[in-house]
Amino acid sequence: MTADARADEENNMLEIKGLKVKLEDEDKQILKGVDLTVGAGKVHAIMGPNGSGKSTLSYVLSGRDGYEVTEGSATLGGEDLLELEAEERAALGLFLAFQYPVEIPGVGNMTFLRTAVNAQRKARGEEEMSAADFLKVIRAKAKTLKIDADMLKRPVNVGFSGGEKKRNEILQMAMLEPKMCILDETDSGLDVDAMKLVSEGVNALRDAGRGFLVITHYQRLLDHIKPDVVHIMADGRIVKTGGPELALEVENNGYADILAEMA
Amino acid sequence: MGFLQQKQEATAALLDGISVPAGAVWITAIRDAAMARVIENGLPHRRDEYWKYTRPDTLTAQDVIPAAPFEHGEAPMFDDIDRLKVVFVDGIFDADQSDDLEGEGLTIECLSDIVNKDIHWAKELYGQLEANGQTPVQRPLAALNTALAEDGIIIRVTGQVSRPISFFYKHEDENSDAILHHVIKLEEGASLTLLENGPAAARFNKVLEVYVADKAAFNHVRAQGRDHERRAATHIFGRLGTESSFKSFTLTVNGVLTRNECVLELTGDDAIAHVAGACVGDGDFHHDDTVFVTHDAVACESRQVFKKVLRNGATGVFQGKILVKPGAQKTDGYQISQSLLLDEDSQFLAKPELEIYADDVACSHGSTSGAIDEDGLFYLRARGVPKDIATDLMTLAFLAEAVEEIENEALADCILTRLEGWLERRRG
Repeated sequence: MTADARADEENNMLEIKGLKVKLEDEDKQILKGVDLTVGAGKVHAIMGPNGSGKSTLSYVLSGRDGYEVTEGSATLGGEDLLELEAEERAALGLFLAFQYPVEIPGVGNMTFLRTAVNAQRKARGEEEMSAADFLKVIRAKAKTLKIDADMLKRPVNVGFSGGEKKRNEILQMAMLEPKMCILDETDSGLDVDAMKLVSEGVNALRDAGRGFLVITHYQRLLDHIKPDVVHIMADGRIVKTGGPELALEVENNGYADILAEMA
Repeated sequence: MGFLQQKQEATAALLDGISVPAGAVWITAIRDAAMARVIENGLPHRRDEYWKYTRPDTLTAQDVIPAAPFEHGEAPMFDDIDRLKVVFVDGIFDADQSDDLEGEGLTIECLSDIVNKDIHWAKELYGQLEANGQTPVQRPLAALNTALAEDGIIIRVTGQVSRPISFFYKHEDENSDAILHHVIKLEEGASLTLLENGPAAARFNKVLEVYVADKAAFNHVRAQGRDHERRAATHIFGRLGTESSFKSFTLTVNGVLTRNECVLELTGDDAIAHVAGACVGDGDFHHDDTVFVTHDAVACESRQVFKKVLRNGATGVFQGKILVKPGAQKTDGYQISQSLLLDEDSQFLAKPELEIYADDVACSHGSTSGAIDEDGLFYLRARGVPKDIATDLMTLAFLAEAVEEIENEALADCILTRLEGWLERRRG
């Protein structure tokens, strides 16, 4: 391992230990002790039936309100994520690709992204990106994702098709260059071509330093984004971990067998 | 003693010793008739149906409550727009600060000049839409304006005027009590853009009457001044001919009391009327939009889009009505009024009304009041945008539907810049 790789390994590792989470306003436990470590450069997939807590995990990691962590920890590169505001987690290098990207009328896509990029840079004590540099970079990245100039100018996600919204998420990921990317059901609502395009966008961002946590219901996304490790989540816990073959098993037999095995 | 009689007596007492200004025979007749309307109906009272949410007493009182001009002066507005500039100081036309009153495709004059002429085209129009607009809802402050206004601008547009006319209302005297009455007549096929900005006075009563003939187009963008303590009651009266269009947008930032009434009549087929407003208010800010659109022709379209951002106990009022008269088939009427309440002390009072006497129409209205969209806020923060900036972006997003009613991009940018400035100053 090179010195750089070792540094990435330490800086970029996502470690979740015994994470228990309940809803803030309700006495409902959703995560019941999640243990998960995603190393630098690795792609981990989480599969699981509806209501198993997959999306909650992504929200809790990225700092959404409405949840209460009752036990456990989550760190990125050794920093305690749970102590930070959502925007601080983003500046630290955590990125959540939303299952349902939010429409924000009146705010241009490009303005939004430049605000985000420069807010993160500022938070890290880095120099802000000039308008000209930003334009150059975003145009190049947009092109590979087949995002045209019009989509960059339009208000964030307003009137975008399902595929456009997801491509826009990947564009944001490409511009923000996070350490750890969480993809929450990025394949939902995508046709085959759109899924391919989105997957290519994700694959282009895979490198030795960047980790991925891919949440999905279906194996088909994992045909395009090849995972190193696959986890099965059920009832707020990770119940099984394996290699890519585990995803195929789910695809062929559903979750029932695995869950029965656990019971 | 009945309510009306009480009002009449109170009004007579308030107007005791006040007489209409001197002028030619025709204007005196108009002013006398307007004054008679005021005395007959009485000035607004808070027990009046349309004054339930807004207290009229400071607008009708004899004495003006002093209002300090904005300490930093009114920020320049529309400066990058090539325009014919007309300046008023505390409600009085200022020729020195104004451009020459001339332009291609139009004639433009001061009310103070035409009132002394025995013959003028405006004699058939001045105060007519205001008088007509007194039923079914009385608007006594507008009648008072017709009776007492000595200044204003009278414009007749005969062609396509590309250069907007801009009224800039300066406020210098903290006791100023200004009354202005403008009349604009667009002849067939003519078009004009009118810009207005500035606080005008400690107390401002303004009437704008707009006659839009067949196939003519009137565009209006206004930014009411930032002076915190100013009070304003404004009325726009518009009458639209066949295939004409009328589009008006108002931005209000600050001002302790603002009542903007807009009364439009679509009298020719296929006419379009859009009236929109965005306001942002903080603290003892009270903002009232009262709109009345009458469809009296076939296949006309009207839109009312009003958005209010309220914080620290500010109050927003919306009273909007669409009246579809018998025979006004194929009417397309839309009305939305929404408020974004940034805290629990602020309030939004809305009274949307539809009254429809035709059977083949599409009319919709909606009114909502809510807090900032948490999903949007989280989305922005998850991208690294700090909470205060994310809140501002969501606020702009909330106002977008109203601001997007301004078709001209450069003008929309002027409005957005002012909104961003307001938000920025409050970020601290």
